[in-house]
Amino acid sequence: MKTKLLTMALGAAAFAGVSTAASAATLDDVKAKGFLQCGVSTGVPGFAFTDDNGDWQGFDPAICRAVAAAVFGDPTAVKFTPTTGKTRFTALASGEVDMLARNTTETFSRDVDLKFSFAPVNYYDGQGFMVRKDLGVDSAKSLDGATICIQTGTTTELNLADYFRANNMNYEPVPIETNAEAQEKYLANACDVYTTDASGLAATRAAFENAADHVILPEIISKEPLAPLVRHGDDQWFDIVKWTVNALITAEEKGVTGANADDMAANSNDPEVRRLLGSEGELGAMFGLEANWALNAIKAGGNYGEIFARYIGEETPVGLARGLNALYTDGGLLYSAPFR
Amino acid sequence: MTAATYSDGSEPFEFRMLFYDKRYRSITLQIITIVLFMLAVAWLVDNVVQNFRDLGKDFSFGFLFQPASYDINQTLIEYTSRSPHWKAAVVGILNTLLIAFLGCIAATIVGVLIGVARLSQNWLVSRFMTVYIEGFRNVPVLLWILLMSTIFATALPSPRQAPQLLGGALVPTNRGFYLPAFEWGAGSLPLVIIFLLSIVAIIVFRRWARTRQQETGEILPVFWISLALFFLPSLIAFFLLGRPIGLEFAELKGFNYQGGLYVRNSFMALWLALSLYTAAFIAENVRAGIQAISKGQTEASYSLGLPPSRTMNLVILPQALRIIIPPLISQYLNLTKNSSLAIAVGYMDITGTLGGITLNQTGREMECLLLVMGFYLIVSLLISGVMNVYNSAVALKER
Repeated sequence: MKTKLLTMALGAAAFAGVSTAASAATLDDVKAKGFLQCGVSTGVPGFAFTDDNGDWQGFDPAICRAVAAAVFGDPTAVKFTPTTGKTRFTALASGEVDMLARNTTETFSRDVDLKFSFAPVNYYDGQGFMVRKDLGVDSAKSLDGATICIQTGTTTELNLADYFRANNMNYEPVPIETNAEAQEKYLANACDVYTTDASGLAATRAAFENAADHVILPEIISKEPLAPLVRHGDDQWFDIVKWTVNALITAEEKGVTGANADDMAANSNDPEVRRLLGSEGELGAMFGLEANWALNAIKAGGNYGEIFARYIGEETPVGLARGLNALYTDGGLLYSAPFR
Repeated sequence: MTAATYSDGSEPFEFRMLFYDKRYRSITLQIITIVLFMLAVAWLVDNVVQNFRDLGKDFSFGFLFQPASYDINQTLIEYTSRSPHWKAAVVGILNTLLIAFLGCIAATIVGVLIGVARLSQNWLVSRFMTVYIEGFRNVPVLLWILLMSTIFATALPSPRQAPQLLGGALVPTNRGFYLPAFEWGAGSLPLVIIFLLSIVAIIVFRRWARTRQQETGEILPVFWISLALFFLPSLIAFFLLGRPIGLEFAELKGFNYQGGLYVRNSFMALWLALSLYTAAFIAENVRAGIQAISKGQTEASYSLGLPPSRTMNLVILPQALRIIIPPLISQYLNLTKNSSLAIAVGYMDITGTLGGITLNQTGREMECLLLVMGFYLIVSLLISGVMNVYNSAVALKER
């Protein structure tokens, strides 16, 4: 009797298909919440940091603000979630954040297997090495036997293993969780070398007291196209993030800045600028936003070039040259699809 | 007993009896509970399945056979970045077992010493031990791990400035400690066999000495004879065989010392912090165990003429062990599970390899975490199984 009842109970439980509804369109969710939830890194000088008021600033948060401005017309309607190399994908996949903008390399398996969609690349990077000048090392090829600090859960970890294997060298990896921790270990001389994306190295070195005592080796051992990303399966939301990045790039190309955007919207004769800024056509309505979505996005922090110059450009302590990240018209790789 | 509550089971069954009849009520409640529990489990499982489907993910362990593509610093077995993920997991498992094993040993030794010292008549010693115990017990172990790691990283010199202590046998650096490693030359096998045989001889001798003592009452100098058996045969054989086992010292080459035995600071920090932290708890168990033995036992032992050391070893500790061991098991389990904090200092245990880098590079959260949880479950069950056997060996036998 008892066993029979137990079996029935188990059966009942097995049939009780309590299903949870699949998540609705991300744009509707974001609009309902009233703010955008954006995953950023835990802190890389220039790329993502908190200012004196505790607000997130930097090259990556600027993308989040542009998207928020495109959706709400308000660049402050963002909640930032700091994520580490380890937690970022889980945070995005679980819906804890709506998008990631944090030095994340676009790769095949992240796109296809982890089911993420990458917006246009907003920073073309490559992995480099930083060492103390007094070690007298001038090439990555002479790093045999070195102790190397490395952030776990990143593509750098894999590139490093491949590079040393290909060059038949040994090294001692010291796995680290965050950039700040790596900096501390490196400065304490607990590792000879710190390796991450060259932009990150430059940014980290900029924050050192004696930046001149450290050199970044000339070898760039990988391609690291850094791009904002969203979950697979919501094309509307992906389009919004994708075209917001494109809008910032096109704005630089067309000379639309944060300051003159309103004026250009009203007075420009260039049809593409008029379509971009919503004075003509209804591009915004096509993906469920206001006509002036791109105008708001550009006004949030300026065009791509302005954002670059403000946070990581040559005038800042980080001091990165545009290099590959110049517009295609200036010999770089930034090339936005047209707005029509 | 009144007729109202008494029933001979002959009246017809009614539905309300499920709740109002004592005979059925407990079963009814248990069934309701189990149905609710199963529903909750089914809901959770279904939720996971649904979410997996929404994300377009499948559930498979095939990734374990793909190349891991990352390097691990401390590997007890052969491992390269081309090895499959399962091998990276095995490397992590061995690292976890190593830290757990050495941690349990160190925690037990330190814990027993501190626990006994806390009961010392010497005011300074007992107060000092109290400070130690309260200090370690009341600060989260993660902070101790980080503190140890920071001390090692900042207080010790870099390899190029490191002092060579004991003629180069010990080199402390801010990356780790370099110790000499054994070099096994020809003829080392007989030496090892002789060493093992002398250990067997010690055990046999001690048994024989005990039987003899019980028969004749004569006490032999067991300690000194054991010590001689431990060292003399092996030493004589060592020189007769022409010193087959040598010591390899670490040497500074390039960036770091090469050769020798390299004990990383991540290991040292984790090992020390876990051992000292758990030792504080074990010390309290030991103190409680000793104090639980009636003072009369000590007095009886003294009046039989046993000196204090023998009183402690032969009378008090064997009885105290019965009280100490059950909580000791849970301290061993705690230490093993706390070792998963290893990632904080970059020690590559199972949480760092399978539950960390592999999980991250493959995106197989569910599979990796299930495997890691399964591993900790099995290890914990094994530890408590072994300790329970030991416990029943020392427990009070009721005849």
